[in-house]
Amino acid sequence: MFDDRSPIYQQIADKIKDDIVSGVLQEDEQVMSTNQYAAFYRINPATAAKGFHLLTEEGILYKKRGIGMFVSGEARQTLLAQRRDRFFEEVVDQMLEEAVKIGVPVTDIIGHIEQGKRRDGE
Amino acid sequence: MTLSIEVKQLQLKYGSFTALHDVSFQLEGGKIYGLLGRNGSGKTSLLSILASYREQSKGSVAIGGEAPFENAGIMEQVCFIQESGYMNDASRVKDVLKLAASCWPNWDADYASRLIKHYELPLKKKVTSLSRGMKSALGVTLGLASRAPITIFDEAYLGMDAPSRYSFYEELLNDYMETPRTFLLSTHLIEEVGTLFEEVLILDQGRLILHEETETLRARGAAITGSSESVDRFVEGLTVLGEQKLGKTKSVTVYGELTDEMRKRAQAEGLELGPVSLQDLFVHMTKKRGDGQ
Repeated sequence: MFDDRSPIYQQIADKIKDDIVSGVLQEDEQVMSTNQYAAFYRINPATAAKGFHLLTEEGILYKKRGIGMFVSGEARQTLLAQRRDRFFEEVVDQMLEEAVKIGVPVTDIIGHIEQGKRRDGE
Repeated sequence: MTLSIEVKQLQLKYGSFTALHDVSFQLEGGKIYGLLGRNGSGKTSLLSILASYREQSKGSVAIGGEAPFENAGIMEQVCFIQESGYMNDASRVKDVLKLAASCWPNWDADYASRLIKHYELPLKKKVTSLSRGMKSALGVTLGLASRAPITIFDEAYLGMDAPSRYSFYEELLNDYMETPRTFLLSTHLIEEVGTLFEEVLILDQGRLILHEETETLRARGAAITGSSESVDRFVEGLTVLGEQKLGKTKSVTVYGELTDEMRKRAQAEGLELGPVSLQDLFVHMTKKRGDGQ
């Protein structure tokens, strides 16, 4: 279920962030408990709790005492802004690097994108 | 109840052979611990001392502050399940369960019945006549239902087939969340159970070579791949666990924190930084010269 790429708590945090960005988890909605996460992914509950802790520190989740964890009001906007910031660096720049490596001219890429836009518009 | 475990400069000798050398660690308790080690690394020796089955040659062990050997008060708090523990037992399954119920003050008879049903344990059969998988299932049932504050599984589930093992992992986790206590599991099936451990201890040739939070350990391993020259330059001063070569490409496994600055340097040098699984870290840390490397 998890890759070996990064610590598991980081991956738990990333999954929750993804759910918030895609709208599966709504603002002020309760998130499943650490025990539920632990049982589902078959991981130590302390590991799941560490992921949750990371998200509360980032202000993505907040805690209601005795009830559980909830999605913060601004969580989605914050995450979207972060992803947009990283979009050019992590997606576009890497694509351009690959294009240069294999000899695809930038004009071809632009042409491809515009063609796609025209198709979508029809 | 949470019982701490404190081990100081422990040594165990069998005649002239030293099975444990100067082992020291402290477990605060209430967690799931993994004890990893190759065959013959001293896992069972160490666990036997914790479970009052053996007395150490030197050093000290304290469970909840008390020495466990021949200490009835501690013995009923510690349940030790071994894979081979019931091999020669001529009694019937139901008698073994009855005995267990009288040994462990926290014995949960309802839970035991549920597990017996789940594993389809034949109550009237003699333990000796059970298949290896059934013997493991009996061991697992005794350990879980004992609800002992310290429950030790010494490769006790190895005889089970994969589906039964996975159901054991699930059961263990659920039971731990319902009634938190200390679990100590020795294993070499790290890939299967690694995610259950909050902390890991690694024994190698009778010595404790590592005691670390699992997540920290996981974050510390890295494989660095690239041209031999740049890789060699990059890993200078780092703890190198192993290396492989393929033509002009070299891959080196290192152990230690990689700073952001080092990551940037690796990227600038065109080096690839990859993860190392818990299993690989374990293999690298415990391999001997002459293991075919």
